[in-house]
Amino acid sequence: MSLYYLQKFLYELNRDDGAQERYREDLDGLMKDFVLTDEERGALQNGDIGLLYVLGVNGQILMHYAAFLGIEWFDYLEQMRQGIEKYGPVRAGVYTMTGGGDSFTVEEKEKRK
Amino acid sequence: MSLVYSGVLSHAPGITGRADLVKNVALRDEFYARLEQQRQEILASGAEALIVMAAEHFANFFMNNMPAFCVGIGETYSGPIEDPEWLKIQKTTVSGAPDLGVRLVREIMQTVDTAYAEEWKFDHGIMVPLHFLTPHYDLPIIPVNINCQGPPLTPLHRAWAFGEAIRRAADSVPEKIAVVGTGGISHWPATPDSGKINEAWDREFLDRLMRQDKEALLSYSDEETYRDAGQGGFEIRTYIAAAAAAGGKGDLQFYTPDLPIFAVGCTVASFAIE
Repeated sequence: MSLYYLQKFLYELNRDDGAQERYREDLDGLMKDFVLTDEERGALQNGDIGLLYVLGVNGQILMHYAAFLGIEWFDYLEQMRQGIEKYGPVRAGVYTMTGGGDSFTVEEKEKRK
Repeated sequence: MSLVYSGVLSHAPGITGRADLVKNVALRDEFYARLEQQRQEILASGAEALIVMAAEHFANFFMNNMPAFCVGIGETYSGPIEDPEWLKIQKTTVSGAPDLGVRLVREIMQTVDTAYAEEWKFDHGIMVPLHFLTPHYDLPIIPVNINCQGPPLTPLHRAWAFGEAIRRAADSVPEKIAVVGTGGISHWPATPDSGKINEAWDREFLDRLMRQDKEALLSYSDEETYRDAGQGGFEIRTYIAAAAAAGGKGDLQFYTPDLPIFAVGCTVASFAIE
């Protein structure tokens, strides 16, 4: 059930300018409006894309959150891969990793060279 | 007959947001040229409003109250919700068609229990198509969502029925109406597998779509789609609805799996209105 509120937190943050202002000024206060575990609160406090991905946050919600944090595209993909390395496979939802951590674009492969 | 155009197109955020990262610039520009052709076809149709049947990405609807279908009847809409620098589309206000929308919803409801909304924030699923199809935002928009994101998803045969209801509703009003379905075919967006595409699956689906093979189109189970086409493949609902609305055979104007930086097989097609 907690994943529901973690996603709802990000859903409301992603779509609401007022919530984004509160996020920047008082993240802890904003989080109090939602039922979250310590692990989830920590992931939000640290902007830990990898952990949020592994926890099962819907990919579209997480992608918009990463954009809100200003994370560059290839870094965002890499942070999800590193999340799996650090925390294990995705625990819930349909946005699992199926490609073994490989990149599927020449653009990213060239950048990583 | 007042449905004057029906087509489909891709909407992935990379199409605008990662345009500068593309190595194959010539192919990217060919795709953009096909989208421009689609804009011109809609313009030539005399459409007075554009229905955009999209797969919404949690800009408006959440699992606290997730509709299988929703139709926008607002006066205006805002978007994108995403960081404009990330999407490379500036925040703007888009005109709706509230009076027309209400009349369409009344008719759709005769056969499909659609929700409706006077408020709607556009995400990339609608903003990317608008960027190409009405770049000056001067065509009234009626946004539509089919639930492709929050399982349990709208069944495919209901998406077909919804497309038929859109058609019946469009034909019941005097205004000329265009409709597009926008989504991906196989893709694994917003995962580390972004850029993965199952070309064979895409081409088989598009073949069924262009032939208007209803039985074959509606035979995909969600389990099969998830296995072979990823969670992004759930967005075929929007294409199926556009085909059902049109009734006529499709013309696949563009498809390529070779722009994976856009995270989707890039597609443009139109249907004969029959």
